[in-house]
Amino acid sequence: MATPTLDKTDKAEAGFADSPFITATFRIRRFNPEVSDEVQWQDFQIEIDPKERVLDALHKIKWELDGTLTFRRSCAHGICGSDAMRINGKNRLACKTLIKDINPDKPITVEAIKGLTVLKDLVVDMDPFFQAYHDVMPFLITKGNEPTRERLQSAEDRERFDDTTKCILCAACTSSCPVFWNDGQYFGPAAIVNAHRFIFDSRDEGGEQRLEILNDRDGVWRCRTTFNCTDACPRGIEVTKAIQEVKRALITRRF
Amino acid sequence: MPAGTLYRGREGMWSWVAHRVTGVLIFFFLFVHVLDTALVRVSPEAYDDVVATYKTPIVALLEYGLVAAILFHALNGLRIIAVDFWAKGPRLQKQMLWTVVGIWIVLMVGALYPVLGHAVRDVFGS
Repeated sequence: MATPTLDKTDKAEAGFADSPFITATFRIRRFNPEVSDEVQWQDFQIEIDPKERVLDALHKIKWELDGTLTFRRSCAHGICGSDAMRINGKNRLACKTLIKDINPDKPITVEAIKGLTVLKDLVVDMDPFFQAYHDVMPFLITKGNEPTRERLQSAEDRERFDDTTKCILCAACTSSCPVFWNDGQYFGPAAIVNAHRFIFDSRDEGGEQRLEILNDRDGVWRCRTTFNCTDACPRGIEVTKAIQEVKRALITRRF
Repeated sequence: MPAGTLYRGREGMWSWVAHRVTGVLIFFFLFVHVLDTALVRVSPEAYDDVVATYKTPIVALLEYGLVAAILFHALNGLRIIAVDFWAKGPRLQKQMLWTVVGIWIVLMVGALYPVLGHAVRDVFGS
């Protein structure tokens, strides 16, 4: 890889025609309650390398065009789960979405995730989301005395819930769910995924309690298997499958 | 206030939307159906009179729509049961949906003559 300085001279010599940069339009849904109760779409045209990510484009807009643009991001590498947003109508992480993969010929729409209250621009109130997560008790529950050594587990037992350990709590799944848009009381896919992670853990003894919580009218039975959550998950978790496994565990009481 | 865009869901979401729409349509049919059948308790003549008004090509088209709604709702209902209770269901949901649509098309073609044949003869003469 060339050094930044070399890169610059290369570009200058090659001229504009060979530039990797393209002009892309970002149509962003803006909301600022301090200025107006109205929501509006605002277009930004920027020069950007299509191999860059949507998050880079948002940075460019915020740093160079409009400092008031508000969004969350922390690690910027798909681990912290801060920058879930709706890009071209679908929930994705802005830091894992390359511009070339979402057709930059047309305006790229960016809006906040659905079903949670928008606080400003792309920032939503995540409290109801995390409340549902807390309600399924996402921690190890055991009975009896603490063992004197670590709790051992076979590779097969670990494999049983491997898929649901990958969750980063970005809310892309929960806010893609039509049932959740309609009624925020529904636990939502993310909470069920994290309950699944403990229900099917052989070391955990709180499975019955968690299943009872999810047997509630706002629990797993509200899932309508639309598969939006599975399609939206940036970690590739088979969310609908996990929910189905919890449903089946509730009926068979085998987990 | 400019609305947000439509969520761009895939097969799973649209099959759910179709399932809801056909379900509501079938509910409205059942509502009318219970009412007109209940007319038998008023008098058999009143029932015959009302059912006689159904013998038009437009109602035949509606009946074909009813067949379409019920077939889709029934077949997709089986798919949803498989998604929920068959271990491989969630992974095969798209294949199962296309199977449902395939069977639906075949049965709809099969229902063309039995349901609409009479109306076609009415409109274009025998």
